[in-house]
Amino acid sequence: MMWVDTVVQGILLGGLYALFAAGLSLVFGIMRLVNLAHGDLIVLAAYVILLVVSVLGINPFLAAAIAMPVMFAFGWLLQRVVLNRVLGEDILPPLLVTFGLSIVVQNVLLEGFTADSQRIGAGSLETASVAIGPLTLGVMPLLTFASAIAVIVGLNQLFYRTALGRAFRAVSDDPVTASLMGIKPASVFATATGIAMVVVTIAALYLGMRSNFDPTIGPARLIYAFEAVIIGGLGSLWGTLAGGIVIGVAQTVGAAINPEWQILSGHVAFLIVLLIRPRGLFPRSHD
Amino acid sequence: MSLLQVTGLTARYGDFQALFGVDLTLDAGEAIAIIGANGAGKTTLMRSISGVLRNAPEMIRLNGAPIGALPPDAVVAQGVAMVPEGRRLFASLSVEENLLIGAHGRKDAGYWTLQTVYDLFPILKEKRHVPGVSLSGGQQQMVAIGRALMSNPRVLLCDEISLGLAPVVIRDVYAALPRIRDAGAAVVIVEQDIGQALKVADRVYCMMEGRITLSGRPEDLSRAAIHDAYFGVSA
Amino acid sequence: MSTIVDTRTTASRIAGVCAVLLLAAAIVAPVFVGRGVIQDLFFILTMLTLAQFWNLLAGYGGLVSVGQHAFVGIGAYTLFGAGLLLGLDPVAALLLCGVVAVVIAVPTAFFAFRLQGAYFAIGTWVVAEVVRLSVAQWQALGGGSGTSLPPTARDFAGTAWVARVLDVRDAAARDIVTYWLALALAVATCAGVYALLRSKRGLALAAVRDNVAAAQAVGVDAQRMKWLVFLIAAFGTGIAGGLIYLQKGRISPDAAFSVTDWTAFVIFIVVIGGIGTIEGPIIGVLVFFALQSLLADYGSTYLIVLGALGVVIMLFAPRGLWGLFAARTGIHLFPVRRRLRRTVPRNTQPPGETHG
Repeated sequence: MMWVDTVVQGILLGGLYALFAAGLSLVFGIMRLVNLAHGDLIVLAAYVILLVVSVLGINPFLAAAIAMPVMFAFGWLLQRVVLNRVLGEDILPPLLVTFGLSIVVQNVLLEGFTADSQRIGAGSLETASVAIGPLTLGVMPLLTFASAIAVIVGLNQLFYRTALGRAFRAVSDDPVTASLMGIKPASVFATATGIAMVVVTIAALYLGMRSNFDPTIGPARLIYAFEAVIIGGLGSLWGTLAGGIVIGVAQTVGAAINPEWQILSGHVAFLIVLLIRPRGLFPRSHD
Repeated sequence: MSLLQVTGLTARYGDFQALFGVDLTLDAGEAIAIIGANGAGKTTLMRSISGVLRNAPEMIRLNGAPIGALPPDAVVAQGVAMVPEGRRLFASLSVEENLLIGAHGRKDAGYWTLQTVYDLFPILKEKRHVPGVSLSGGQQQMVAIGRALMSNPRVLLCDEISLGLAPVVIRDVYAALPRIRDAGAAVVIVEQDIGQALKVADRVYCMMEGRITLSGRPEDLSRAAIHDAYFGVSA
Repeated sequence: MSTIVDTRTTASRIAGVCAVLLLAAAIVAPVFVGRGVIQDLFFILTMLTLAQFWNLLAGYGGLVSVGQHAFVGIGAYTLFGAGLLLGLDPVAALLLCGVVAVVIAVPTAFFAFRLQGAYFAIGTWVVAEVVRLSVAQWQALGGGSGTSLPPTARDFAGTAWVARVLDVRDAAARDIVTYWLALALAVATCAGVYALLRSKRGLALAAVRDNVAAAQAVGVDAQRMKWLVFLIAAFGTGIAGGLIYLQKGRISPDAAFSVTDWTAFVIFIVVIGGIGTIEGPIIGVLVFFALQSLLADYGSTYLIVLGALGVVIMLFAPRGLWGLFAARTGIHLFPVRRRLRRTVPRNTQPPGETHG
């Protein structure tokens, strides 16, 4: 019974990793950009939410709703002013620019908020739980997982049901021909990064409510997100959720054996998948 | 005043100069053909007009307004749409989505809508939900033409639309041309097939090594003159 | 008319003479300067070594690794392991550091090369995390909190002699010996990378970087070149890691596997100086040291400035400071480009420009 509980906890934890990964996957899918600052941007969003909560004294979910447009604008500007300049055949400039950005964001947060651990208080929600059959599940993990599914459904709707999603896919296929259709790739990319930052804000909300965070934890979130994307197979959001679940279950099972093995087990699971399925569990047929 | 006027257009790829002072005009409602061998500069000319290659503003004018330095999306917004060489359908979009993306930058309504494009190419309506790239070459070409029409262009640029297609399919594709012209678009056709070009165009420009070597109405041009302009004068 | 292939320039000959003089000065420096300067020079030389290897990987091999701190840490832990557990003389153990780094680099490359392009970068980072977390389980070397080299293990070859001849304390003598080792390593690295790039393999490497498909078409095995570069970089980075922690004398997983110290700083050195040139890391490490001397007291502000500088240079001068300088002056101290020199008589008409 204990093992079922461990695995279910792992699955729910996978929802959080899928949330970390969805923004990374979105940006990579549309413009082939790997943003090494992705984890730090999640942490940045968590601090924005924290700031709104403490200044306005409101509920974290409401605060996240306020943080979303702020982060959208930040992402839009970041893409417009910085990242659009380095997109291209050469992978070096975007990697190095986003790596520099990662260091800058981390240290700006250190300056602004010190290295102290913070947490976004969620009141009674933090400890609330529901009994499902023989299992007792925390409301927060369930909410996280439900949000991950909602985000994936929402992004898929956006991709396959809207004119903007059509433009995303067209630009991803062939930016030059897309521009011949009247699409401005630069502004499509900016919108995509803006949307990725909205997803990042949702991820940050749960990151901040579920555990302590400080300015240095970004790179580890990037790595979890990256592992989920690769395990799932590039370009599939449901695959990314599966990837997040693989990491989550590996971590909770590893931790159940020896608490010190939690993080390591997640990485080892990733390496095993990479060994036996180099293109991930659900690879996209083309590209 | 011509609808589209190209004046002294030059273009280069790094050290390689591809166009040397090309002059060309297109009047409203007209269809012109640009013929020439591989490497004559035809596609470079199309890429320049459509904005993929940037030029000095006044080298290309649309209704007198300089558009030479505009990016492709702005050129489309001005009413110049392109059917690119090799069709270049979007691999992850269905036939209908490929058509809809053509209307992306469109501001006001015009003759061409999904419905009228399906009337022009009925086969596309049947296949509207399948991926564009899964169609046959001729059908893909129809999607590419329909996609460009969806922006209701004043000028339609068609780059090598018969390339790689069987003669009977080429006939089907070209059968759409009169209706496209009736709907109000002036057309620039780039062709390697001289016979096809002379049949459909009001005027013909022949290019060789980045220059216009001959131009005129098909009935005024002798076979020998075209041959010389196309292959160079045999010394 | 004939042509000869030449990679030398006048500037490179002058630079060669200067380098020999500079090297001589560096060797005798411990006689004239204090311990603080020697420690600074040690820092500069080891960072230069790390930068030169990362430059070989990313600038010449196109392999943008952000996990090189794995090999610094492996080298450091090998040195401590060999000293504490095997009782090897630390100086002798340095070579072992490189060997162990290569042994770990083989499975690392095996995994990371499965990832395309930019994902390779994060893949190397994951492997570095795995190694760090695994090493933290190694209780014999202090687990997560680390350990120190005991004094007995620190009296390595040469220190007694240096202490006697230069009349300095043991601690200063250790710094001097490690400084000489760092000098030898940095010079060997710069010379070795230069020799590699000028060799036939270097030409193949440039071909792979510029165009994998074209390189393969002319018979260059791109995959083998990537392996070669990755293993060479691991070897050198491992030795440098061992040397750095031989001098520090104290180790912990978080410090030895620090992504900021051993990967971020190294990347910024190369980017600021100029990626894809041998001169770049040299200029970069000097700028980096100057910035650190000026700003290190400001902690995170220093890192903000460094990160922002890296971003700005990548955006506006992607060839770095040396690239700007070389473009203006045409000077190359380590020319690896082959220049065709025509051996034609002066009065012959130069050939006219032709276009294809």
